Amino acid sequence: MSAWIERTAAEQAAALASGEVTSVELVQAHLDQIAATNGDLNAFLHVDASGALEQAAASDARRAAGEPLHELDGVPIAIKDVLATEGLPTTAGSKILEGWIPPYDGTVTARIKAAGLPILGKTNMDEFAMGSSNENSAYGAVRNPWNLDRIPGGSGGGSAAAVAAFQAPLAIGSDTGGSIRQPGAMTGTVGVKPTYGSVSRYGVIALANSLDQLGPCTRTVLDAALLQELIGGHDPMDSTSVPNPVEGLVAAAREGAAGDLSGLRVGVVKELQGDAWSADVVERFDESVSVLKDLGADVVEVSLPSFVHAMAAYYLILPAECSSNLAKFDAMRYGLRVTPEGSPSAEDVMRVSRDAGFGDEVKRRIIIGTYALSSGYYDAYYGQAQKIRTLIIDDFKRAFESVDVLVSPTAPSTAWPIGEKADDPLAMYLQDLATIPANLAGVPGISIPSGVSSADGLPTGIQFLAPVLEDARLYRVGAALEAALLDKWGGPIGPSSYTSKEA
Amino acid sequence: MPELSRDEVRHLADLARIDLSDAELDHLAPQLNVILESVASIQGVAGDDVVPTSHPIPMTNVFREDVVRPSLTPEQALSGAPEAEDDKFSVPRILGDEQ
Repeated sequence: MSAWIERTAAEQAAALASGEVTSVELVQAHLDQIAATNGDLNAFLHVDASGALEQAAASDARRAAGEPLHELDGVPIAIKDVLATEGLPTTAGSKILEGWIPPYDGTVTARIKAAGLPILGKTNMDEFAMGSSNENSAYGAVRNPWNLDRIPGGSGGGSAAAVAAFQAPLAIGSDTGGSIRQPGAMTGTVGVKPTYGSVSRYGVIALANSLDQLGPCTRTVLDAALLQELIGGHDPMDSTSVPNPVEGLVAAAREGAAGDLSGLRVGVVKELQGDAWSADVVERFDESVSVLKDLGADVVEVSLPSFVHAMAAYYLILPAECSSNLAKFDAMRYGLRVTPEGSPSAEDVMRVSRDAGFGDEVKRRIIIGTYALSSGYYDAYYGQAQKIRTLIIDDFKRAFESVDVLVSPTAPSTAWPIGEKADDPLAMYLQDLATIPANLAGVPGISIPSGVSSADGLPTGIQFLAPVLEDARLYRVGAALEAALLDKWGGPIGPSSYTSKEA
Repeated sequence: MPELSRDEVRHLADLARIDLSDAELDHLAPQLNVILESVASIQGVAGDDVVPTSHPIPMTNVFREDVVRPSLTPEQALSGAPEAEDDKFSVPRILGDEQ
């Protein structure tokens, strides 16, 4: 195995800058790793080897010509299959979009191309990003590089597994209720959901417009900061794009890595503790919290009482929005068209095509959403859920008057066996307890590895949340904890079968 | 919360233009009731004084200037169409037999 793939994105960028390696060599090393491991992992749905090598050669030529380059120019990246990539298949993990080739780039794709990062391919995901285990992909589950019988988390299991298994140093994810952060926790990687609206959603196949946010999946906090700075910023093509820039992320990560958190007020969320949290996750969480104290942080417990209603509100708001969003998959303009026998009408074709093209979880959520929005139930369910959203936003505002960041475990347990909750939607939904409130309120969140479970040897994650537009705080505290834990562990944690001995 | 009957699930699926088979109805209807039961707890949590939130970061009337700008060509726009004819999407008949 080439040791290049085990280097962080920042290290790969530095090696490119110093002439130690070429982008073509880096891309080839990652393509080799994908070829060797993707049969087991199923993390990539589509690999664009020739395109990535061409982009790498162009990057090397730009560098040789002395052109001004973005810091990450030439460092390869993977993109979740939820984001439109011109000329590359984009399925959102659904049969209904099998074979669709977008005629345009999403804004984040365009920014990645403009910065010169070769695109390795598209990563697997739960269908339309609905799920916490990746088992809802129409193209087969992703397997966790730490243990191939375990789920990698979802919906962005492909991006997280790709980064964990050194198939890519960087990947784009999307987070609607935890789909970047929870897979990060399940695979021992870093995942960030930026402030809502700070990264353009143009070209993202929408799940729930008021909750969706693209963000970085990486192995280090610094790499995430580099990627978020690259993809973020106002976009006139997205009417929900915030005009305020989210800046200083890389600087905050570098400052945090120095390890001084004096004066930082950290609030442990009271409502994200208790019986729902497995003992091995809590053990690693408590350990991380004491490290934060050692670094000088003031740690207190804070209560956000409306969090107890977050999951119920989310599973009404999300289905309501997605039932409306997914109406566009009507077999008329793109996507799967199944024509029944006889002389069917357009509506007959829609009914049959949507039944054939959507999986169970998508159908469940569309039906729940249709119900929640129907007259007679609207006020009792959707209207109540929107009010609870207000209460949760108020809880965050109150909490952030007394603390700078909030902290909790990212997920209640480590990665579970594939199949265990596959047909139990409620058990699956409960995995998102800690991650959902951030999406409802639009605040940013980060998950970083907190260690390895003493019970099953699988990774655990810790989550920080900050006020809207204060993403830099996440990078400061995340980098500080990461540096202290790496010191304690003697190096990064990773899936042993994917790391080389010499590294 | 009232329990959803099999017929109600079929009706909701029909509103959403999904032709569920009997086997799917048998499978999905009980799961939908479990989900609805779990979200029913929110009823009555927030009173009339709480303003609903539809969007986490409030913004109003985000417009662009009304000027012509580059967009997809007809070929690009039709590139994913199941059927196309004369630069248009070709679709099955849109009126029912009785119309």
